[in-house]
Amino acid sequence: MSDARTAHGTDNRPLSPHLQVYRPLINMVMSILHRMTGAALYFGSLLLAWWLVAAAIGPEYFEFVNSIFGSLLGKIVLFGFTWALLHHMMGGIRHFIWDTGRGLDIATVKSLSIMSGVVSVAATLLVWAIAMAAG
Amino acid sequence: MNMRTPLKNARRLGSAKEGADHFWMQRVTAVANLFLGLFLVWLIASLAGADYTTVSSTLANPIVAILLMLLIVSAAIHMRLGMQVIIEDYITGEGTKIVFLLLNNFFAILVAAASVWAILKLSFA
Repeated sequence: MSDARTAHGTDNRPLSPHLQVYRPLINMVMSILHRMTGAALYFGSLLLAWWLVAAAIGPEYFEFVNSIFGSLLGKIVLFGFTWALLHHMMGGIRHFIWDTGRGLDIATVKSLSIMSGVVSVAATLLVWAIAMAAG
Repeated sequence: MNMRTPLKNARRLGSAKEGADHFWMQRVTAVANLFLGLFLVWLIASLAGADYTTVSSTLANPIVAILLMLLIVSAAIHMRLGMQVIIEDYITGEGTKIVFLLLNNFFAILVAAASVWAILKLSFA
């Protein structure tokens, strides 16, 4: 149909400017993080599935999986998982606000972006403080 | 002679990507995930350091089990839609794209099936 397709394949079509040509702005960083945390949660869903399946299989296997999650590396991954989930949630709330047509001026976009970053980090620390105090 | 209206010819030939359905389902599951995800965070945090008996009996609790299954189904749909967009954005080769879109569907369904199986097994043990 088009020349680009027949002559050189789809890979030869013009590309829009890449991430690295722009000076990073807070809303741009938060947008990229929203996609990255989404992708991380996608694969992180395996961890939840693994944990549930382990509980279904029995005490022995559950203890084994629990000891992996309880190790230092496991805790770091779970901490990252918690932050990714909460950050993606805050990004989602931002999108809900934008979906109504509100908050699209530059100043609000900027403050919403900063807020979502601050709240996600604070909420992650709070959740872990509560979990550590209880467990 | 073509008696069809231009609209009739154009229908179903557009982008062929389901239009607003994708956007809408992403938002519907996002709303569900917001509440169910907070529930998950609370559940996991409250089960931190708990022994097997506590964990398995908590997961077998009807309210916990039902909310978890709702989260799993909603999250699986949501992440399938999200990853679909990522694949469509970054993978330009038509064949490779189709393979990844297939794998995306299989992955989401596999994660959901395994998780739901586990919860049902614990519930009816």
